[in-house]
Amino acid sequence: MSVVGHTPPPFFKRGPAPLARLTFFAALSIVLLVADLRFHTLEWARLVLATIAWPVQRVAQMPVEGAAGAGQYFASLIQLQQENAALRSRSLATANQLLRQEHLEQENRRLRALLDMKERQPAEGRVAEILYAARDPFSRRVLIDKGLQAGIAAGQAVIDDLGVIGQVTRVFPLMAEVTLLTDKDQAIPVRVQRNGLRAVAAGAGAGSIELRFLAANAEIQVGDILVTSGLDGLYLPGLPVARVAHIDRDNSFAFARIRCEPIAGVERHGHVLVLGSRIVPPRPEEASTTADVPGKGRRVKKAVR
Amino acid sequence: MNQPTHRSNRILLPARSWFITVTLLLALLLNLVPLGRLPFVPDWVALVLIFWSIHQPLKVGMGTAFFFGIAMDVGDASVMGQHALAYVLLAFAGCGLSRRILWFPLLLQAAHVLPMLLGAQLVMLAARMIGGAEFPGLLWFTSSFVAAALWHPLTYLLLLPQYRPVERDDNRPI
Repeated sequence: MSVVGHTPPPFFKRGPAPLARLTFFAALSIVLLVADLRFHTLEWARLVLATIAWPVQRVAQMPVEGAAGAGQYFASLIQLQQENAALRSRSLATANQLLRQEHLEQENRRLRALLDMKERQPAEGRVAEILYAARDPFSRRVLIDKGLQAGIAAGQAVIDDLGVIGQVTRVFPLMAEVTLLTDKDQAIPVRVQRNGLRAVAAGAGAGSIELRFLAANAEIQVGDILVTSGLDGLYLPGLPVARVAHIDRDNSFAFARIRCEPIAGVERHGHVLVLGSRIVPPRPEEASTTADVPGKGRRVKKAVR
Repeated sequence: MNQPTHRSNRILLPARSWFITVTLLLALLLNLVPLGRLPFVPDWVALVLIFWSIHQPLKVGMGTAFFFGIAMDVGDASVMGQHALAYVLLAFAGCGLSRRILWFPLLLQAAHVLPMLLGAQLVMLAARMIGGAEFPGLLWFTSSFVAAALWHPLTYLLLLPQYRPVERDDNRPI
């Protein structure tokens, strides 16, 4: 490496000049950045490297896990008793619904058969534990302790006991990465439970969600519950997603600014349920493109309302 | 007699390559400890990397920085190339300014290192904001200040093996 302003004597072999080396490595990094951000072609490399690095990551997790374990060990007896009592009363409160669910599902199946409708796919899932939140400060992701070996696949929905928390985005052999609803790139099709108004919710950062592209006069109120609409073929319909917290109707903008708070403990840690992939009926054949163009515009407008 | 001199009044032993590698790997391990989005946690790899690129510019350069950058990208689940780009620029600055920085006392050395670390964070921020990520908040930048504050103890810790004399001798001055 040369000192600034001085070149080393030619008889010391030092390889390429620093500036040439910088150009090479910086260009390589930028190529990787573009390939990953724009084309998403590096997932295989990430899978291989993450598998190699897995033991190292486990070693790095040990101190934090140990601290958590010690904290749990020293949790006071009274606190555990209180929690136990609270859980007992909650399970009693929901027992009524749970006991009747079997009966209701059977009845639903019979009625659907009578009506000659397609049966709803029963929900199945795998319990996983959130290991830790990814360190990357630019996104909202967590790592769970089940991966390819447990049959987790990218795209599956992840819920906790209150509602949807996100979606599996990357799968490693023994871990999977879940992108939370509050991530800026994570969108989820929702329906207002009260009146069935459909919309798309997307993460807004800072632990909140926003409803995008709803007209300023859309019929929505503070306190409305948003549930998944199931239109995407990924989430089962009817899972609670968020509660509307604040609506800003400004007529100078075409759309209302609607901020919602997730119902599930999105930024909390604990156990989650990874729902199995949905089997979606094949999409109907699209009409020829020339006839489709005006119709498409109208349909989009209707969906936006 | 006002000629400036190196502040170190000891002649150091040559740095061993395996020690440099071990410290860098330890820093990587520290970075992989899952502390979530806790602010004030310094980027250990960046700090150790800039330390060695200033003290041993012939042994630790942009190639090492690129390798550890890719390792951080995978461990961090961030975008590939984000840390690599920042670390390569960091190592370039460190190697280029190494002869200058070492003439200063430790406090002023830290003052040199701080803008470099902040610059690396700005590079990462630019790379991700262009990719459409959210702004992580100003508190994220505090990690660089913590890292710069750690420069003084880190120098003593990492130079410790080089302070040791080869063999003990009562007549030796150092």
